[in-house]
Amino acid sequence: MRRSGSFLRFLAAAVTGMTILAPAVVRGQAGTPSAAPAGQKPPATPAVPAGNAQKGQQLYTSYGCYECHGREAQGSTATGPRLAPRPIAFAAFAKYVRGPSGQMPPYTSKVVSDTDLADIHAFLQSRPQPPAVESVPLLK
Amino acid sequence: MSEKVSVDRRSFLKSAAVTGAAAFVSSAGAMTAQQAAPSGPATAPTLPPEADPPGGVDVLTTDRPGGDFMVDVIKTLNIDYVASNPGSSFRGLHECIVNYGDNKSPEFLTCCHEESSVAMAQGYFKIEGKPMAVLCHGTVGLQHAAMAIYNAYCDRVPVYILAGNSIDATMRRPGVEWDHSVQDAGALIRDFTKWDDLPVSLPHFAESAVRAYKIAMTPPMMPVLIVIDGGLQEDPISPEVKARLRIPKLTLTTPPQGDAGAVAEAARLLVSAANPVIVADRAARTPAGMKYLVELAETLQAPVVDQGGRMNFPSRHPLNHSDGGRALIASADVILGLELSDFWGTVTAFRDSLVRSSRSIIEPGTKLISIAVGDLFIKANYQDFQRYPEVDIAMAADAEATLPALVEAVKRRINADRRRVLDERGRKLAEARQKTFDRARADATYAWDASPISTARLSAELWPHIRNENWSLVSEITGISRWPMRLWNFDQYHHFIGGSGGAGVGYGAPASVGAALANRKYGRLSVSIQNDGDFMYAPGVWWTAAHHQIPLLAVMHNNRAYHQEVMHIQRMAGRHNRGITRAAIGTTIENPNVDYAKIAQGMGVHAEGPITDPKDLGPAFKRALEVVKRGEPALVDVVTQPR
Repeated sequence: MRRSGSFLRFLAAAVTGMTILAPAVVRGQAGTPSAAPAGQKPPATPAVPAGNAQKGQQLYTSYGCYECHGREAQGSTATGPRLAPRPIAFAAFAKYVRGPSGQMPPYTSKVVSDTDLADIHAFLQSRPQPPAVESVPLLK
Repeated sequence: MSEKVSVDRRSFLKSAAVTGAAAFVSSAGAMTAQQAAPSGPATAPTLPPEADPPGGVDVLTTDRPGGDFMVDVIKTLNIDYVASNPGSSFRGLHECIVNYGDNKSPEFLTCCHEESSVAMAQGYFKIEGKPMAVLCHGTVGLQHAAMAIYNAYCDRVPVYILAGNSIDATMRRPGVEWDHSVQDAGALIRDFTKWDDLPVSLPHFAESAVRAYKIAMTPPMMPVLIVIDGGLQEDPISPEVKARLRIPKLTLTTPPQGDAGAVAEAARLLVSAANPVIVADRAARTPAGMKYLVELAETLQAPVVDQGGRMNFPSRHPLNHSDGGRALIASADVILGLELSDFWGTVTAFRDSLVRSSRSIIEPGTKLISIAVGDLFIKANYQDFQRYPEVDIAMAADAEATLPALVEAVKRRINADRRRVLDERGRKLAEARQKTFDRARADATYAWDASPISTARLSAELWPHIRNENWSLVSEITGISRWPMRLWNFDQYHHFIGGSGGAGVGYGAPASVGAALANRKYGRLSVSIQNDGDFMYAPGVWWTAAHHQIPLLAVMHNNRAYHQEVMHIQRMAGRHNRGITRAAIGTTIENPNVDYAKIAQGMGVHAEGPITDPKDLGPAFKRALEVVKRGEPALVDVVTQPR
């Protein structure tokens, strides 16, 4: 079933990195629980598993994430957006990895566990901030 | 011609065979006599007397082989170079070029692979604007050259190919000459060449050679092939043929311009549009094309998306919106496509997923105007023509040739009121352009100090060393995320030459050498950012660069893999829910890592590396450029991020 006659929505392929993610995903914001009816407790926010950044770097490499996103997750206009530093919230991150709406291939829990994702997310969070552009003479 | 009886190749070879056979029989007789008398002191063998030549003539030389006339014809075409890996099927013409032709116009360029010969010609044309010749075997040579010919065909570049062959089966030397002979040499590449012929006489050669050049240089420009029979090259020119020899006058075709009515309608749409966008791919055939496009864009104050098939539009011009162009296209009400190789893909988003799908990214009612000479000439077999685009105006015309008329038509329609509106649009576009440039600079800081070195850092480190020179980037940029185009200032036609055309890997190294050769006489500094996987196809072209003293700074983008293919395998693995750690199998170039500096040094090229610390880049570039400015090639091997 290689080609579908039906019409599907999706994002454009050749755009600058930041626009590939689905519009509902906002960089840097934590997931917000929806308002519950009066008298009822709001649904529990799924716990974000603690991740190991060092292991995450190994997984980021062995799973080939760096191919499209760069070894420092700096992104490329040709292949994939910047992911770090300050990655999107884990819930949105995991959701997109499992079911990407753009050109990224899917990575289900069969091949990348939730624990692995948490480690990778921790690695992304651990990336240092870049230097200020004004401080780089070559970029003046 | 000397006063001897004219003997053609056929008679000479016949007599030589008889003589050789007679000598063999005589020698065998002498050996038998010695064996029959084993006793007695050994004596020196007595050579048999030379056999008398058979009745007829025994002419061993000629002062005027047919190949000399071929050189006369080629010289009228003003071809500066012929790139070739030597071969016996064209030994006649080869010798005539280097001796009769004094190895000038054309000068013989020694190549180590026919793919290099053709790709050098492709890069050369995109700087010089006229073809280079290629000389190769009609069988194994064309087979080697085929991918490069396909690239040039897709890239709309004329390459003038001469291929040796031996048509008369009774005249072929046993063995190799048969392996190197073919009934129809052109059949192998006919689907991706524009024209081919097999001349059967020297007058026929003259006419076909001139015609081939004219056809190659008529837009859409593409490679052409003339098959040159060995007999025609080597046989003496008979008096009968000599009396018929002449070289036809070459008259180049004027490129077709767009229909006047269509141009007027296009102007009307563009001037009245609220959000016009100009998209250019192979629009600028010459420096004039860039000038006309700037004039059109500035007259309309319309953004230009340069798709990079050629150097179409200055990179820092306020109207250059190649970065983020997709969003502008999506909101456009009129889109002008100039020599787009894929208009459908320009206005459509396609998802490469388990279930492939596509959707238009433009609003219904958006008007599409196409000016593309490809509409005049499409072949069916190879599918480089892409999906069928549904446009509103389709001008089967050369974009560069049409632009002057379009500019004038646009100017006639703009009154003072409209001028104010357009200028306001231009002001906003200029502001947006500055923001895009600032964003690119900020993006470049990510992974700034990383090792492997980021392609942004590599590009930023190289720029200060060339910005004040008369520089020319003679390589593709998609593999390095277009960083040079985002950070450097491209404003001359020779600053960029586009890409391979057919996406056949192996184009990069030889094309950069060919373009650097063209740049040499203008004193330009040629720079290439060379993909490592591409280089591995036919590395011998760097020896060619050293041997012919072609100055070129090659910076190896050494990311140690065919990364495009790694990503494809990853995509398959993710889709199939398995083995996502195994995409490196069959796709990477490591273990061991290739030492490109050693390879280059082994071919006489100054080289250093591999460099893994970005702080070492600047000094390495400085040292390499000192070599290049002395007129030699140099390599700096840099271990880089994938993209």
